Amino acid sequence: MDFTLNKEQQDIIKAAREFALGEFPDVAQEFDRNESFDLNIWKKACELGFVGVFIDEKYDGAGYGFFEHCLINEEFWAVDPGIGQAILSTTFGSEILGLFGSEEQKELVLPQLVSGRAIMGTAITEPDAGSDVTGAVTTAVKEGNEWMINGSKMFATNGDLAKYILVFCLTDPENPSRHARHSFILIPTDTPGYESTKIYGKLGIRASDTAELSFNNVRVPVENLVGREGEGFSELMSFFNRTRLHICAQAVGLARAALEESVRHTKQRRQFGATLASFQVTQFKIAEMATHIRAARNLYYEAAWSVDQGKIDHGLIAMAKWFSAEMAVRCSDEALQMHGGYGFIDEYKVQRLYRDAKILELYEGTKEMEKTIVSRAVLGI
Amino acid sequence: MNIVVCVKRVPLTQEVDLEIDGTGKDVKKDALAYVVNDWDNYAIEEAVLLQEKFGGTATAITIGTEDDEEVLRRALAVGADRAIRIDPGDLELDGFVISKLLAGVIKDLEYDLVLTGVQADDDNCGMVGIMLAEHLGLSHAAVVTGVEPEGDEATIKVELEGGMDEVSKIPFPALLSIQTGINEPRYVSIMGIRKAGKKELKVLEVADLNLTEDDLTPRTVVEEVFLPPETEGAEIIEGDASTVAEEIIRILTEKGVMV
Repeated sequence: MDFTLNKEQQDIIKAAREFALGEFPDVAQEFDRNESFDLNIWKKACELGFVGVFIDEKYDGAGYGFFEHCLINEEFWAVDPGIGQAILSTTFGSEILGLFGSEEQKELVLPQLVSGRAIMGTAITEPDAGSDVTGAVTTAVKEGNEWMINGSKMFATNGDLAKYILVFCLTDPENPSRHARHSFILIPTDTPGYESTKIYGKLGIRASDTAELSFNNVRVPVENLVGREGEGFSELMSFFNRTRLHICAQAVGLARAALEESVRHTKQRRQFGATLASFQVTQFKIAEMATHIRAARNLYYEAAWSVDQGKIDHGLIAMAKWFSAEMAVRCSDEALQMHGGYGFIDEYKVQRLYRDAKILELYEGTKEMEKTIVSRAVLGI
Repeated sequence: MNIVVCVKRVPLTQEVDLEIDGTGKDVKKDALAYVVNDWDNYAIEEAVLLQEKFGGTATAITIGTEDDEEVLRRALAVGADRAIRIDPGDLELDGFVISKLLAGVIKDLEYDLVLTGVQADDDNCGMVGIMLAEHLGLSHAAVVTGVEPEGDEATIKVELEGGMDEVSKIPFPALLSIQTGINEPRYVSIMGIRKAGKKELKVLEVADLNLTEDDLTPRTVVEEVFLPPETEGAEIIEGDASTVAEEIIRILTEKGVMV
């Protein structure tokens, strides 16, 4: 048992933090207010190699693990969640390509993601299919050498910016097993019939693009099937077992920021003739936050490390995802509480953290779904 | 062009309330985060820029424990070719001993330029660069804000008091202490970190350096470190602009600042 990070990992953390501190703070509030982003920051992050570090060296990635990807997520989110998400979500779906994609698909897409020439997204949720993804009805029908796709998707990260979208499609509606009806299909977004509409008015991570997608007789070659026909559901679960890891890291980063803001504020702000930090009510909040952050981090470290060792523990990953997300929401709430009225104003970072935190309990599986997975692992049902 | 750049790992103290430790001769450093000294960061960047433009090697040197190697790995990650750490053991260090240790290593290296930061963020002594130049018998310039090598000399820009710049020529080999702002230090890249792991990082013991006991005897002895006493006398002047201005003039005249 060894709890220390190796030197390379320590250096990655420092490099990520230095970049984030150099680039994010001056623009974070503007991006949050305007729901905007500057893609030059993403390009810069790509040039420095922060994007897609888990991608194999064969496809121009750094060949690190999901653990190192988590370390970068944590540092970026500790400086600003919205910008962190805008930069690091650009490889969303590359995990599926890496696991199940053909050689041609990987060679086409992955190097572009790493070098900042393309952004990708993955479209799963639909108006009537969220936690129950098997209810997805965006349909792909094989016609000759092509798939024809029709339907619509909700809340697709990068839908408006992506060059490629990986779409979870119904391909075998008659199959008796709900888990054998879907497949992933890769759609270049310049294909006729693809349409994206940016979603405005998000509560948090407002620098990150989210869109509603519609597919109207979209035709792509049969070779654009990613993985195996009918295995989309199990591929999706494998995907989440990777992506949930970095959500945990995002949560820990955000909670760290909430703690940092709280420490700074409560050591300065004076009431009743003393600093807020000198009151036990504050001290206990700080102690709880610090402890929860550490616990969440240890949980995700183990989950991510296991995945990189080739041991996929579905239950452990779900535990880490639920625990860290809820912990981040609670920490940002306590942090705002300690800021009092100031925390209600968007000039204070803590207000943004409060809003940014909530998505962590929603995307990549709601906390309720995570608990369902955990309970199944424990009860064996 | 071969360049040696000296770097130091220093505690981040900007947002910290420093406390004096039990000896009364230093501050508590246990809980502090460490970074590369800001001035040295510019010196590293300058060394790498010159190496990229003119070829040769850039060698980074620090004195310290294994923890301090992080600043060397950082230098390697942004483009230095190799690094040396001098392990001081339990040697007591001051500017003099530090400069002697550095000189003990650098004298055996091939170099055209030795770069240091103007000063270090921790003790702000600003002595090592100049003393190192003296030990090595090098021409030197301090607070350098520009370097343009040409043949066996360089045109350098030096920052003077009162916002003036002085331009002069300096023959190689030379030592320059680098001022912040001379360039824009690059970020560490993931590719750089990967490459750094494969570059040479040599560790030397003090015993390897053939230094005398006199060389290793500090010339600065710290008697006491204390926080400046809190002073009184802040006064807030209220009223409209002309009343405030008149009051300020009255005070300045009274204190003898204005006649």
